[in-house]
Amino acid sequence: MYDRRVLMLLGLVAVLAVALLLPAIAPDSATTNIAVFTVMYVGLATAWNIMGGYTGYISLGHAGFFGFGSYALGLLLAKLGVAGGYEPFLFVPVAGVLTAVLAAVVGWFALRTRAATFVIVTIAFMFMLQLLAENLTSLTGGGAGLAFPNPPWRGGFFNIPFYYAMLALALVGLAASWWIRRSKFGLGLLAIRDDEDKALAVGVPAGAFKLTAFVISAALVGMIGGVYGYYVTFIYPQFVVDPLIGISMVLMVFLGGLGTLWGPVLGALILEPAQLWLAYNYGVSRLYLVLYSAVFLLVILFMPRGIIPSASELIARRRARAPATRAGATP
Amino acid sequence: MILVLEAAVLGVLTGGVYALMASGLTLIFGVMRIINVGHGALVVLGAYLSFVLWRNLNIDPFVSLVVTMPVMFVLGVILQVVFIRPLKADREALSVLVTYALALGIEGLLGFFFTSNYVQITAWYDTASFPIGNFRITYVYIYGFLLCLAILGAIFLMLYRTTFGGAIRATMLNRTAAQLVGIDVDRVSAVAFGIGMATAAAGGVVFGITNTFNPGSHYDLISRLLTIIVLGGLGSLRGAIIAALIMLVIEDITAVLISPVWADFVFFVVLVVVLLVRPQGLFGLRVRERL
Repeated sequence: MYDRRVLMLLGLVAVLAVALLLPAIAPDSATTNIAVFTVMYVGLATAWNIMGGYTGYISLGHAGFFGFGSYALGLLLAKLGVAGGYEPFLFVPVAGVLTAVLAAVVGWFALRTRAATFVIVTIAFMFMLQLLAENLTSLTGGGAGLAFPNPPWRGGFFNIPFYYAMLALALVGLAASWWIRRSKFGLGLLAIRDDEDKALAVGVPAGAFKLTAFVISAALVGMIGGVYGYYVTFIYPQFVVDPLIGISMVLMVFLGGLGTLWGPVLGALILEPAQLWLAYNYGVSRLYLVLYSAVFLLVILFMPRGIIPSASELIARRRARAPATRAGATP
Repeated sequence: MILVLEAAVLGVLTGGVYALMASGLTLIFGVMRIINVGHGALVVLGAYLSFVLWRNLNIDPFVSLVVTMPVMFVLGVILQVVFIRPLKADREALSVLVTYALALGIEGLLGFFFTSNYVQITAWYDTASFPIGNFRITYVYIYGFLLCLAILGAIFLMLYRTTFGGAIRATMLNRTAAQLVGIDVDRVSAVAFGIGMATAAAGGVVFGITNTFNPGSHYDLISRLLTIIVLGGLGSLRGAIIAALIMLVIEDITAVLISPVWADFVFFVVLVVVLLVRPQGLFGLRVRERL
């Protein structure tokens, strides 16, 4: 038991070291660009999992929070006249707070429903935000888009600050996810997932817990959306409130393992580079969507529980069998 | 005032088309307890099928339904058997994802074959109009409304006058009990999915004549259709039809009184109000469904 814990800690340190040193290992901007997006999805999937994985409430509208965070940061920077550089990153938490407020309001009425209706409400919410971003032209610039201040970095260094910003948010998300899983709060969330009525009966404040998880999850997604907006420097309603971003984080969580700590990370590490590769090679012909949907269907139909739960079950089964075979070997 | 009246009449007529599309969606939910997020994409697929028959073979879009509805029915049965039936545990959540994936796949395929340029089906009746009082109504709205009325009537006859319809209703009421009295719920589910897709084909034709569309049009459609079935009460056919009429009338009047760009927004406002006042919708039976 002790050995395993040390091993896991070492593994964790190694992964973290690779993540921190990646720009030094592979400094070309093509690689760091992929790294920025991959780490972005690690954060998004981890954040989505806090709501979708722990409470079982499937939100297909998290792209709405992503876009809102993006617009919130962009508008803050524009109104305050913040110049490009490191300073815009300081306003990312503000965008997070604003997204949290929005999520509290949306969650207040959306969480009056369960299961199927909740899914529908989240989808409708996402399209409502997209429509607002398009129609409130005087505020958001509408279809003409919203410009962020220009990041001053050039050449190979351009991606590096964004990489570390995304990495920091992903780590915050992971820390939150880890803490929630170990806390009484997280236990309550899992109870809600298993049977909400029974959870209520044994005294879990389901309403408050669900809303808290929803707000934490949305705020993280909003902050990541903010950094994304600054990274691409020009945002349009349909590109930041993009249903594909919303469904991608869900798919990653399902691939890696719903409701596990490392599942979303694994899912994002596998799928995002694959997605970028598909978009790069097949994006023009729209076959990209077909391939994406095929991967999606394969995951849901053949591995609905995800890699990590399936793998750990396999290991547990082999462990259980191992002593028996040893006993058989020495008659 | 006359403009508002005209908008209301138009709202009822287009509402009929949405009623047809939404009835397929709510039927699928009622029988299988799944939300078919791909329904909008299926409507767009239906529109493209008729578009191809019209453009390449010069077949009248309404006549083409004789071909597209059976084709879509069979396709629906196949999709249900291949993609929905295998889902065992956690069906509600997984089916949303599967149908979402199907929507993306259909969007991608349509984009591959037809590019993302907007197209529209045209016929003589989409411009020709006749006067009613002080305003004129284009024939296509009347034809579309009559078509939807006919199909909805056929669905109701099937549901309430045939043994198989009884089996569908029994499955909607209680799947387990239906199984216990010997109903093949798998077969009922597959057929219900097929019927849902056939209605999507019919709705798609009228949608394709009255709107320009492209492979990405399904997002807009599905968010409207989902709002309609939530307002009507998930799984309630009557509710879906009434909700569709209400929503489209409100939308068209908003477009006249305020602005067309805000007309879509009404859907969301109504959705929020419904959830606050009556989360189960107009005709929803269960106050809260279990997860």
